[in-house]
Amino acid sequence: MKMKTLLLGAAASFALAPAAAMAERGSDGHVNIIYWQAPSIMTPYLSSGTKDIEASSLVLEPLGRYTETGALVPFLAEEIPTVENGGVAEDLKSITWKLKSGLLWSDGSPVTSADVKFTADYCMNPEGGCAQLAKFDHIASIDTPDDLTVVVNFDEAMPNPYGPFMGGQSPILQKAQFENCVGAAASTCTEANFNPIGTGPFKVDEFKPNDVISLSANPNYRDPAKPAFATATLKGGGDAESAARAVLQTGEFDYAWNLQLAPDVLASMAEGGQGTPVSAFGTLVERLEMNMTDPSPNLPEGERSTVAHPHPILSDFKVRKALSMAIDRNLLTEIGYGQAGRATCNLVPAPELYASADNTECLTQDLDGAKALLEEAGWTDSDGDGIREKDGMKLSLLYQSSTNAVRQDFQALIKDWWRQIGVETELRNVDASVFFGGDPGSPDTFQKFYADIEMYANNFDGTDPQSYLQMYRCGNEPKPSSQWQGENINRFCNEEYDALLDELAKTGELSKRGEIAKKLNDIITKETMTIVPLVDRGRVSAHSNTLGGVILNTWDSELWNAADWFRVKG
Amino acid sequence: MLTYAIRRLVLSIPTLLFISFVIFMLLQLAPGDPMAQVPLTVPPEVKQKMREALGVGEPALVQYWKWLVQVFWIEPKVFIDWLTRDSWLLGWLPDTHLYNGQLRVISWQTRSPVMDIVLQRIPQTLWVVGLSYVVGVLIALPIGIYSAYRQYSVFDQAGTFITMVGFSIPPFFTGPLLIVIFSVYLGWFPSIYDTTHVVHDWASFKVQLMQMIMPVMVLAFQTTAQLSRYMRASMLDNLNQDYVRTARAKGLSEAVVVMVHVLRNSMIPVITVIALGVPAIFGGAIITENVFKVNGIGQLLITALFANDLPMVMTLTFIFAVLIVVFNLIADILYGLLDPRIRYD
Amino acid sequence: MTEPVPASPAPIEALRDKGPDKPPRSKWKDVWSQFRKHKGAMVGAFFLLFITLGVLLGPYLWTLDPQALDIRAKDMRPIYTALWNSTAKVSWAHPLGSDQLGRDNLSQLIAGGRASMAVGWAAMILSLVIGAGIGVLAGYFKKLDGPLMRLTDLFLSLPILPLLLVAVTLFRQPLRASFGPEGGMFILIVTVVGITSWMPTARIVRGDVLALKEREFVLAARSIGTKPFQIIKRHLLPNVLSPIMVSATLGLATAIITESALSFLGVGFPSDFPTWGKMLADAVARMEDFPERVILPGIAISLTVLGVNYLGDGLRDALDPRIRGR
Repeated sequence: MKMKTLLLGAAASFALAPAAAMAERGSDGHVNIIYWQAPSIMTPYLSSGTKDIEASSLVLEPLGRYTETGALVPFLAEEIPTVENGGVAEDLKSITWKLKSGLLWSDGSPVTSADVKFTADYCMNPEGGCAQLAKFDHIASIDTPDDLTVVVNFDEAMPNPYGPFMGGQSPILQKAQFENCVGAAASTCTEANFNPIGTGPFKVDEFKPNDVISLSANPNYRDPAKPAFATATLKGGGDAESAARAVLQTGEFDYAWNLQLAPDVLASMAEGGQGTPVSAFGTLVERLEMNMTDPSPNLPEGERSTVAHPHPILSDFKVRKALSMAIDRNLLTEIGYGQAGRATCNLVPAPELYASADNTECLTQDLDGAKALLEEAGWTDSDGDGIREKDGMKLSLLYQSSTNAVRQDFQALIKDWWRQIGVETELRNVDASVFFGGDPGSPDTFQKFYADIEMYANNFDGTDPQSYLQMYRCGNEPKPSSQWQGENINRFCNEEYDALLDELAKTGELSKRGEIAKKLNDIITKETMTIVPLVDRGRVSAHSNTLGGVILNTWDSELWNAADWFRVKG
Repeated sequence: MLTYAIRRLVLSIPTLLFISFVIFMLLQLAPGDPMAQVPLTVPPEVKQKMREALGVGEPALVQYWKWLVQVFWIEPKVFIDWLTRDSWLLGWLPDTHLYNGQLRVISWQTRSPVMDIVLQRIPQTLWVVGLSYVVGVLIALPIGIYSAYRQYSVFDQAGTFITMVGFSIPPFFTGPLLIVIFSVYLGWFPSIYDTTHVVHDWASFKVQLMQMIMPVMVLAFQTTAQLSRYMRASMLDNLNQDYVRTARAKGLSEAVVVMVHVLRNSMIPVITVIALGVPAIFGGAIITENVFKVNGIGQLLITALFANDLPMVMTLTFIFAVLIVVFNLIADILYGLLDPRIRYD
Repeated sequence: MTEPVPASPAPIEALRDKGPDKPPRSKWKDVWSQFRKHKGAMVGAFFLLFITLGVLLGPYLWTLDPQALDIRAKDMRPIYTALWNSTAKVSWAHPLGSDQLGRDNLSQLIAGGRASMAVGWAAMILSLVIGAGIGVLAGYFKKLDGPLMRLTDLFLSLPILPLLLVAVTLFRQPLRASFGPEGGMFILIVTVVGITSWMPTARIVRGDVLALKEREFVLAARSIGTKPFQIIKRHLLPNVLSPIMVSATLGLATAIITESALSFLGVGFPSDFPTWGKMLADAVARMEDFPERVILPGIAISLTVLGVNYLGDGLRDALDPRIRGR
């Protein structure tokens, strides 16, 4: 049934594509979009979540975006600068962008290189608290030789120079509008933050924070035939389930974002026949993180989960390996994500260049092998209670995660498998706003890791995994001296890994980078089982059967091609 | 009674200051981080800079003082300016221009003044939560009175059954259930509340009615269940009192006996419950608002809580506290009017 | 001038008894006999007894582990669906079906009932004791009225979510260490639900006491030198029993539901520990395909609350001397 709908949908959009191309701006009326997390602000630079970045992508545009395959495509720029076309300097220390000529802001004024430079200054202001500051790392200076040319100079060789002005996170702001909003003044510019003037297909008519955004077609959009919709509404709030219902069952809305629902629930809603779920894969991996340090509450505060005390159980590779072997990743995927998940053993599942393709050993569950491995490591069930012991210590683990229906199902399943190999597990789930918050006063944050094992998902921006792999560098772990901030959640420390990281930072050649990244991935997953990847999670969204032109993109904002959306007639 | 009211009003100022301080310290103590929703791809150093820009690291007492100044000094200025500039009531007065760009209470999520958002949310909260409360009270009182008057009649039994089942089934179930029935299968009502909808004529009023009906039903059911139980119990207590027999013996009509004598004496617990519920209208109905996406004050509060938007949470809870203090005072005064024997002096 | 008074007046018929015909009955016996005559109360008591016995003895009769997964037998329908749908996936091994991970619904219902009933009763009683206590003290003693009612205002305005998170931060670890993960959580949940839900009861009771203490019978009691606490015990508490009973019924329902909301925040029991509220909340997404998963815990909660309600009605009637014996 689903396959048929997909085919029909594809056929419909194919047949109607020429018609759409001839359509004129605003001929298709109104489009309704629902985000179950309500956008709070219309600029990604002050945003506190993905929802804001996505909403602002309807209005603000970067110089270039990532396509659904992860390829780079120019938006405001003439073309994507590369070393080959001379846009990127040979020493990888500068990149030259050329703007398309004749671009206008929605208020009719021309887009110039000064706006681009201003955007960087705006974000790099030390008092602004810019959320995308990492995109502007290592910028030494920005030159604007003429109105259409921007040269970004870096203070070191950047193998991946596409940080600034690329992708939904760093779009171009209008200098005239934001000039007085730099630094500490950023939060006083409510009007500009809510109604930014942009180059995108739509402009904001009314912004109700955390509720609803009313938009209309940008009269100065560069393609005179687009967007097909004259007006748009982006409604926020509720939960994924009711958003799915509004698109799939009642047909009130045309597009619903990020439907994290169990596959059987989504499938049964899709039978409503009003819409179609679509999915695409990115780099998001649901994983178990093993704590290499001792989280025991008996240790004094300040020493729990720090490198001073290695974990009494999980420091043993064999135990970690056995825990991983006991898991049936395919079953987890089937139950938790269905079409939108793929069992994986990799920390970096994509793009192809960086994904370690032959790391598939963990995909087959091996309970007997896991038991044997535990025996070998000296963990035996001597008192017959079904739980293994060693030196008087029970093989008992605390396994925490954030609150989310699918994660709790995973926890129950994994606990059951571990019970079968003689491991006792206590489950804990913590509200996501506490778990992912970095409050050093809370014992429940994922950074503090006062548990033996934790489960969450993480990904990387764009297509280059360097900064992602760098998170696990020795010394980058959260610790009391750093206010528990840090990204090396497992407190992993491996000389070979760190040496390879240094090498990666120096390497510019793509195939070589791929090789190193794969090696790094293998070290942290199959060779040490520090991170136990479970599922490569796709993104599921849904669009109504009458909305055409949707291409789900996990590398950039989901609304990246809203200009091409149209109403399927008939 | 008047002196009592004045004394209570004066006393409520230190009370409210104390309450606001306790709430502030509680929020400071609670684990939470305004950066919780920022994607994990943003590095910790950047998050630290963002926190500093919000003023998170400042000592708690400094933050509290700033908030006090903003709420009690700057916001009133903005309000007076608005009154003398835009409102139809005092708009004829010359513009006062009291406010000149000082920092107002700014939400961490939206970087915009909290009060503006609160004002934006009031219409839908009043339409849905307020109306459902009125509906609930209007249904509950007659049900309670009649069930008590005809105790253990079929009406009473049915009423008891329905209200108790209704109360034990939470709105997170009744809400989606109504959506499945009325939006998915019957297609009568929209499942998503449109907050941009403006009522200007009969047709648009009908649209408004359609989108309101389900959330109002869910909320009114809860109110009805609770209030009618208190009404019934209180009436039952009074129906057997000696004064009722006296009134009947005097030859008063049954209607006067029940609706005047008994009802007046039974209202004290009911007034208490109603007065407790009015501030809750402002607090919104968190679950129901979320299910139907009414996006009123309740949704504002819960998203602010999850995003650890302290200025927003603090301000909303404080307004809530003011309403609680005021309505409990009103309830106390009503006690005295209902039963002149109650004396506070 | 005066009528002649008969030397020995003929005794009036009714006063001729030398002593009571029947041995005197204690008050509690009276209450019990009145209670037994109350049909609703007996039905309510029966329901409650049945449910309580069910959740206490159930695990011995139906021995399936509520946490055991059987992924092959997932999404089973209850046995009765076979009546109208012959293709339904049913089995006597799971008479009420199983959930999306193959956990048995019946044993979850039994285990969930244990937790929910325990939490519900304990939290309800705690909040009643605090609420009624504060209400009576504030209503009766003028000096305490101000401070106690301002305290009530404070508790009413405290935002619950941060309060919970603070409670977890401060107390979870010590409680877990001394009472184990489930016992510690139980104490925490009961305390949290109890201390966040006593305020309406307190205000209602206070309002009633304010009116009652000015009534003649209290004045009479005071005039013969009855101590304040005796007055509260003998004269005030019985008269505010009916709003307390209503609060109890509503409080039980609220406590059972609130518990399920807490587990979402990571404040509740571990996620694989079933409770009625949690079963209901988890099943809402699948209510079209598996209505039994919402209906069964829903019925269980409703029956319990109804049972308490009728029991409360009967108890109130039985304790009211004006109704008793009529």
